[in-house]
Formats: sequence, structure tokens, C-alpha cells
Amino acid sequence: MRMERRRFLKLSAASVGALMLAPAAGALRLPERLARAPKTWYQGDVSTVLTTCGNCFWACGVRAYVEGGRVWKVDGGEANPFSRGRLCARGQGSVAQTYDPDRLKRPLIRVEGSQRGDGRYREASWDEALGVVASGMLAIKDSYGSESVAFFGHGGGASWFGDYLAAAWATPNVGDPSAALCTSPRETASQWTFGRAIGGHEPVDWANADYVVLLGHHIGEDTHNSQLQDFSLARKRGAKLVVVDPRFSVAASKADRWLPIKPGTDTALLLAWLHVLVTENRYDAAYLAAHAVGLDELAAHVRPFSPEWAGPITDLDPADIRAVARELAAHAPRAVLPPGRHTVWYGNDTQRLRALFLVNALLGNYGVEGGFYLAQAPSVADYPHPDFPLVPASGGCSAAAERAAPSARVTAIRSITANHRQSVDTGRFFADTTAIQELIPAMITGEPYRIAGLIDYGTNLFHSIPDVARTKQALQALDLYVAIDVLPMDHVMWADVILPEATYLERYDDLLEIAHRSPVIELRQPAVEPMWDSKPGWWIARELGLRLGLERYFAWPDIESYLDTRLRAIGSSLEQAKGLGTLQQAGRPYLADWEKDGPSPFGTPSGKIELYSRTFADAGFDPLPRYEPPKEPPEGYYRLLYGRSPVHTFARTQNNWVLMEMHGGNAVWLNASEARRLGLRSGDYVWLENEQRVREGPVAVFATERLRFDCVYLVHGFGHRSPNMRIANGRGASDTALMSRYRLDPISGGAGMHVTFVRLVPGAPRPRLPRLARLARRKA
Amino acid sequence: MARYGMAIDLSACVGCAACAVACKLENEVPPGVSRLWIRLEESGRFPELHMQYRPEQCLQCEAPPCVPVCPTGASHVTSDGLVLVDVEKCIACGACIAACPYGARYFDPRGFVSKCTFCEHRLSQGRLPACVETCPTLCRTFGDLDDPHSEVSQAIRAAERVDVLKPELGTRPKVVYLNAPAGFGLRSMGVPR
Repeated sequence: MRMERRRFLKLSAASVGALMLAPAAGALRLPERLARAPKTWYQGDVSTVLTTCGNCFWACGVRAYVEGGRVWKVDGGEANPFSRGRLCARGQGSVAQTYDPDRLKRPLIRVEGSQRGDGRYREASWDEALGVVASGMLAIKDSYGSESVAFFGHGGGASWFGDYLAAAWATPNVGDPSAALCTSPRETASQWTFGRAIGGHEPVDWANADYVVLLGHHIGEDTHNSQLQDFSLARKRGAKLVVVDPRFSVAASKADRWLPIKPGTDTALLLAWLHVLVTENRYDAAYLAAHAVGLDELAAHVRPFSPEWAGPITDLDPADIRAVARELAAHAPRAVLPPGRHTVWYGNDTQRLRALFLVNALLGNYGVEGGFYLAQAPSVADYPHPDFPLVPASGGCSAAAERAAPSARVTAIRSITANHRQSVDTGRFFADTTAIQELIPAMITGEPYRIAGLIDYGTNLFHSIPDVARTKQALQALDLYVAIDVLPMDHVMWADVILPEATYLERYDDLLEIAHRSPVIELRQPAVEPMWDSKPGWWIARELGLRLGLERYFAWPDIESYLDTRLRAIGSSLEQAKGLGTLQQAGRPYLADWEKDGPSPFGTPSGKIELYSRTFADAGFDPLPRYEPPKEPPEGYYRLLYGRSPVHTFARTQNNWVLMEMHGGNAVWLNASEARRLGLRSGDYVWLENEQRVREGPVAVFATERLRFDCVYLVHGFGHRSPNMRIANGRGASDTALMSRYRLDPISGGAGMHVTFVRLVPGAPRPRLPRLARLARRKA
Repeated sequence: MARYGMAIDLSACVGCAACAVACKLENEVPPGVSRLWIRLEESGRFPELHMQYRPEQCLQCEAPPCVPVCPTGASHVTSDGLVLVDVEKCIACGACIAACPYGARYFDPRGFVSKCTFCEHRLSQGRLPACVETCPTLCRTFGDLDDPHSEVSQAIRAAERVDVLKPELGTRPKVVYLNAPAGFGLRSMGVPR
């Protein structure tokens, strides 16, 4: 038998050369000898490390399997409320980022005489690179003051810079894209309606909800792990689902009722629901009498906004509008309208979210089973340090801060900053977070004062902040621009100094403190040593602090003792946290828990749910939400909408080979009838051109029935232009590149981004790109 | 001795590919080939639309066409009903790839044919296949089809509808699909993602 098989192989091998010439037979690459079963990682000596995923910001618990000094696979942490033993594609694929050969490997300094954006760098030691950063920051402080250095940060290690180093250094100009480019409107609306934050993990009580209405909320394409589990379990339990979206999203495909609303008219729909609940007496009168103020004003306000009024505005059948309102009421209080996540759409977004929260309030579901539970942040003391000169307010959707008493918090920030200038956006908005995009003009104009330095940690400047041309102009005007990142992203390759960070599997971060029904504390710990000469964020921040004369704030000798001290203060220890991964504290999730023993959970000026906002009225804003028609696209243009891929996190994961195998580029969705009218077919390449003649692409057309006729749709995060990211480079189109303008929400400071109109320019060439599998086979 | 099978609830699957990525890394599946992929089916006219994400992989047939065509006995059926490839016996002739009506097998560039094993190595440790363990929609159940109390048997009993791919071929797949939309069912054509 053995002889026969060898002979068979020899004969086959003789024909290999000829076969290889024919592409169709390419699969018949025969082995020179019989294959031996490859040794797999799980046959080795595998150890398991419990840590916290960093491939998005949901902070799932992770079991990392290590063999031979390498992480091979991860699974979801079992005793973690955000993973419950499971992981999404991004979590599962996170290992591939650690071993990406395109990672930043050593500190880089921009070659003298080159311009920002030329991309010419030389390698440097950490000592030299950190020295250049420190002397640049100190020079700015001498000339303009410490406030003239801004910090942008997003992600796991951002707290070391935006919260810790920036506070010690004394700058209030700290921005997080997850606030004004994402959640500010809903956080502001929630703050001034319920007096509480929504926070990074939406406190929707899925486990008890019987009727759920999603507005532009893409669960399924947006795979926040436990949220998707809850969504699936609720449907399995028989909960009814209504999805309002101009696009037949994945969530819409699972819905009992899909309302394909005209983009930009959601507030009219919400007002009509308020109208039905009020005029048909379908609201929870007892709940409102106990917990809310302003019902009379609300009732008078919504009287004109009938379903028949909203029908032609929203392009929906008034009978459907009325039916949903009645079904909501019939299921109350176990009926809920979650706020969604990316809420910066049209520049009047705080008012839209106010309308959404008012519908919830009329259903009597806030702080009640089946509606919203009351999330609380864990209580963990800081590592002892001298008082910081100020406390920046970067915030963001993952911010742990429990803002039960916003006014107190804002006052505290202001009093601490008495000796320092306030952030350049101070006083403009109701959000208690900084509007990151409003810091950019100060870099260009010097008004109200100059921002001359930028330390950017993981915020993709060109794929998250609209008006990229303005951002580039601002970067050119800076005295110092430093990027701390894992990959040579487009914006990173503009920096004066580039500091390579370790991936989440290679580093400790500060404790993750997450508001939840039972407050959560999570540990991120290294499973393996950092690759190449990359360093953890805590080390980079500390070494910078020491070089800036801030050693009194960095008294801890190493990260283990820092974390151990913080954990011992709550009766745990680093040793215990390493074994558990996740700690939880007791919470008070429902109003009934607060009524027993405690102050009002509503941190509004009145201490109640404010249906009518006197604060907004006093500031010159509508005290009750009003519908404002969106600007219509000009002839030949479509409104540009965008969303998520379940396998990607923003613009961060497009160089990850395994995730790119699942979704390797985006296409522009166009209604099939519109495509026929324009003579376009799926797979044709076009340019997208906005009203300012900015072109993006080439990008393939996806002609589909799943979208209204008046808009086009792109998945966000593609269209990288960075030759050093070999996989991401040139694949797909960037929606952000087309956003030459945004519409500012004057209440929250959010940057409304559904206001771009584009036309499709046919005849674009199909891009020639190297094969993904070939790029993926490169070794780290 | 078990008769391992898997059920995938299509009413829950959102096509998020967590299963497919978990499979790749668990089994060190090389770039360019896959053991598990997701098909997207769309039908209807705006706004009357249907959509279905359908994960596909080796169906672990009870009458597997890939086994009798193997000239060396590399493709075989275990006592637990798993259809597996013995790499050391495989000569990469490709007969099994041609015989599989579901496109479930591929050439591994290391010189053998490979496919889904139901994560046999995990089963021997009492763990679930990687795709089942990680699914954030809980759409996959797994277990012994002969055990009426197994999770998979219970899920199949509770389903409104049970389908297999290409039933007319008589392959008797042990991966079944639950709750495909009425009047839509499983379409064999579609856009692979």
C-alpha cells in the first residue's frame, strides 16, 4: 500500500509543472511527499489568560489561549456580562492585529525638512522620540500655556493620555470622537430629560421588554456582543420588533414591522407618537404624576402633530404610525425605544433624542422592568496622587462617569480650572463633554486662543472628523503633532513623532470602570510580550510625564503596583482580578430600589423627569422638541447615509486579514430602480462626488431593493489611503472623505453628518489591488 | 458513540461572521480558503422584502458522497458519525472535492484536503465547536441527535420548520436549518459574502 501510494505521487508530481500553468488547475498543487498532519496550537501546552477585548469598545471579557509565546485564539469570557462566553467576529479576529506585519514597530521621527503628509520618517530610540515630544510640549507651554496642547483619544489606553497625563499637564482641551461625533445628542438629551447618562452600555432592559422600536439603530450590523445576544433572546422570547429605517437593514429583516421612513423626518414620527399617546390618553398617568414635570405643556405642544400630519412628511402610512403608538401603549411599560448609538445626523439631534425619550417617559418605562434600568458606575478610588490642576472632560460613550448630578459635575470642573483657561469650546454647548471637532478651528485661527500641539491616541483624524481638508490645514498649522497608534494609519503618517503602541493582548490598561445594572470593573492584562519595540500606553504616558517634570503624579513604580493599590482599596487585589478578569458591584437598577433608600435618581434641575425643559427655554432653545424639515438633495444628488459592518470597528480593522476576508471592501448602495434609470448595474465602478466637487472612489455599485430612492449608503471605515497598510490601502471608499461640511447641533455640540449630498459619476476604473490571500500570508 | 449534529436557526442569524472568524483561527485555516462561509439571499421588491443570512459548512452527511470516492481511505466516517479526512493518508487527488455537492472541501496549501470537523478536538474535551460557542445570536445548537434531551434535538423539535440543503440528493445532512421563512425556504442560489 505504502509503495503504491508513493508511486502514485511520483506520477502525479511529474505533471505538476504542466498543471501549474493552467489557472483552473491551480488547486491541484500536489505535495512532493505525503502531507504530515500539521501540528496545531491546541495540541501544545496551552495556557489561558483572562483579559478584556480591545478590538472595539464594548469591553468584552476574553479568554486568550497562549501557546509557545503566541496568542492563537480567543473566546468570550464566561463570567463577564458583556461577553457571556461569546465573542463577535471582531473579538475573534483581534488576534490577527497583534501579528500584523504592517504594525508600527519602532518610534519614528519625521525627517527634517519634510512636510507633514510627505510620510518620510527615520527610526528613533524611545528615549530620543520621547525627548522630542517633551521638549516640543514644554516649548508650547512657554509660549502659549499648557492649555495650548490638545489631546485626542479613543480606545483602551486613551485614559492614560486624555484623563491622566492631560490632567497632570493641565489642559482642558481633550476630545474623544465618541462624544461629539457619536453620542453627544443622546447623552445631552438624556441628561436634561432624565438627569442621567445613557453611557457606553445602553441600559435597555432587553430581558424584560415585550415591544421594541429601533430608529436607525443597526443591531446585527452593529455587533455589540451582549446587546446582540439580548436582541436575539428577546426575539426568541416573542418580543415584537419595529424598525424605522430608510434601509432594509439586518434588524429590519428581523422585524415584525418595517417603517421605511424618509431620511431626516424621525422627529415628525416621534411627535406623532406623542400625539397619539396624549390625545388617546394612552400614557402612564400615575408614573408621570409621581416622577415627571411638564405634562400639560407637552400635551398642548403635540396636539397638532397627528399621524395624518406626519404621514406625508415621513412618507409613512398614518394608519401604521397610529398602530405602532397604540401597540407601544398596549405593551407599556415593557415597551421601549432604545436611543441608538451614532446619533449625530442632522444638527437638531438633541431635540430628536428628546422626542424619543419623551415617548419612553409617557410609556412609564424609565427605571422600570422592560424599559430602561438605572445604570451606575462602579466605585473605585484613584491611585493616590496630588490634586490634578484640572479635570478634562473628554467623556465619550465609554466614559464611566455616572453623571447623576450634571450641574454639580460641571461646576466642579469649572472651579478646578479657575487657575487655567477653559477649553476652547467651553460655554457653547450643554454637553458636559468636549466637542472634538470644535477644537480644530482654534488650531487654524488661534481663536479664542491658539492650540499649537496635538497628542493623538488612536483617534482616526481623517476617518472620523468631517471636513478632512480643514483637519489637514489644522495639522499643517501646529507646532507639534504626535501620534500614538498601533498601525500606520493615514493620519498617523502626518505626525512629527510616531509612538508605536502595543495591542490589547500585549498590555495592561487602567481598570475599565463601566456603568451597568451591577457596576463592572474589568482588568486588561497582557497575554504575551509586546511585539517589536512597541510599548503599552501606560508606559508611554508615564515616561512622558517624567520628562515633563510631572513625576509627582507618577509616583507608582510600575503598573502592577498601580493596579494592585486601586484594587486593594475595594477589597480585591491584582492577583484576584487576574484570576477573575471581571469584578462586579451591587447596583440599584430600578426605581423601586431607589425609593427604598436613597435620593431621587433624576439629576435634573427639578429632580424629576423633565418633559418640558425650562433650562432649554432659558437658553433660547425649544423647551419641547419641534420638527425641522431637512434640506432636500439637489436634482441628481442623493443623501449619503452610512453604517457599520459587523466585522469592522470604525476605520480601525481594515488591515486585519481575517476580518477583511469576511468583508474586504464597501460598495455604494443604490436603489435598484434608480440604478436602472442611471444605467448602472451592480459591480460597475463609479466615483462619488459631493456638492463641493470632492471626489471619492472608485467604488462599486450595489443596486438593491433594500434602500429608498432618495439616498445612497456606504459602510463606514473603508477607503484608507495609506500605502504602509498593505491590506487596507485602496479598498473601498470613505464616507468621511465626502463630508466637506457638517451641521452643528447647537445644544450638544454634535456634528450632524447626514447632510452630505453626492452624485454618482460613471466610468471609474476598477482598482487593481494585490490579492488579499497573498498579503495575508506575509509573516509578522 | 454519538450522532453529532448541528442546527442553525435562520430566524436568529444576522450574518455577523463571528462563527466564520472563530473557525479560521481555531483551525488555522489558511488565507484564501474557508471551512465556513455565509450566504446572503435577498428577494422581493421595495418595500416587500425578504432577507436571509445562511452560514454554510460541511453538513456532515449521513450518506456522504465524498467518502466512497476517496482512493486511499483518507476520507472516512468515525463512530460518532463525523466525516473526517486523515491527512496522513490524503494524496490531495481532489476526488472528494469534486464529489461534494455543497462545496465544503478545499485544498490546504500544505498538501491535503480539509474541511469542517465539527471541531472534533474540542468535542473530545467536552467543549462545543468554536462556531457554536461564540455565536452572539445563539442561533447554533449542537449535540447528539440520538439523544432527545440534547440541546440540538430540543431545538429541532421546537422549530416551526426544518430544512436541509439539497434534500433531493439523499445525502441526509446532519447540519439542519431551522425557521427558514415560509414561502422562501432555502434558496440554493445567492450571493456568497
